[in-house]
Amino acid sequence: MTARRLLFAAPLIGLAGGAAAFYAYMASGRDPRGVPSVLVGRPPPPFDLDPLFDGQPRLTKAAFTPGRPAVLNFFASWCAPCRIEHPQLLRLAREGVNLLGIAYKDRPADARRFLAELGDPFRLIGQDSTGRTAIEFGVYGVPETYFIDGSGIVRWRFAGAVTPEILDDQLRPLLRRYAS
Amino acid sequence: MTRLALALLLFAAPALAAPDPREMLENPAQEARAREISKGLRCLVCQNQSIDDSNAELARDLRLLVRERIAAGDSDDQVLAFVTRRYGDYVLLTPPFKASTALLWVGPGLVLLAAATGAFFYLRRRPAPDSVAPLSDAERKRLAKLLDDPA
Repeated sequence: MTARRLLFAAPLIGLAGGAAAFYAYMASGRDPRGVPSVLVGRPPPPFDLDPLFDGQPRLTKAAFTPGRPAVLNFFASWCAPCRIEHPQLLRLAREGVNLLGIAYKDRPADARRFLAELGDPFRLIGQDSTGRTAIEFGVYGVPETYFIDGSGIVRWRFAGAVTPEILDDQLRPLLRRYAS
Repeated sequence: MTRLALALLLFAAPALAAPDPREMLENPAQEARAREISKGLRCLVCQNQSIDDSNAELARDLRLLVRERIAAGDSDDQVLAFVTRRYGDYVLLTPPFKASTALLWVGPGLVLLAAATGAFFYLRRRPAPDSVAPLSDAERKRLAKLLDDPA
């Protein structure tokens, strides 16, 4: 008889378990719409882009110098969130982080004006006017930021503006961990 | 007259939804394959639309990419592999059957099986309907009276 009594509690226990699992998922802060990058754990795809500034070398995979971790940022002058994350990129540049930029579907003159206005944190900048290099990386919108470690492996991808919180909670620990 | 024009415009809607002719491939068979593939690829900007439906810039780029791969001689599977190597399985509107998606695919079947098992045991244990007690003499008389009553 007690066994049958217990059976009455089964739906309630099941519901409580489901609610707990749901809460844990929501509290984990994982964005269910965030598309996981297949590039994490792999080397970046090959690419070869015209430099944004005359006289600079072309931006290719060779820019990921062995032993020197890099932060690669896809940006555009027409992208509003890029303005929000720009102070964080400038901060990283002041700290000596190896920042590489790719101007995504932007007119070179507009991209140059954007950087003249807000400051240029990048060591090298390539122009991806067709957006094809972005597709090779699996970019689905700007801004997107990648961290590539000293052995040339992508360790992190973030889609959206790198806020001070994202910088401190996600990118800085990686920069520390993979510091050469 | 206006109504007629509006009605005609409505009927023309499917034609207006056709792809941008500048994007289309010359070869109709290849174009048909490209459209079929595009319908199965998620637009990552709008997420619940296929790239065939979407007006997003990235969706257009991916449509062109699909056509480019087909024109280069890729099979349908090769085109899908090309896109998933860059964007992951998430880009497929029909997820592939793998360990991580197994529950998604067999889940509904498991729920149905559990419900059927429960129903089977419940129905088997239910008392047979003929165990209902017959009417007493008094009840039978009252019933006869009610049925005979002309009013």
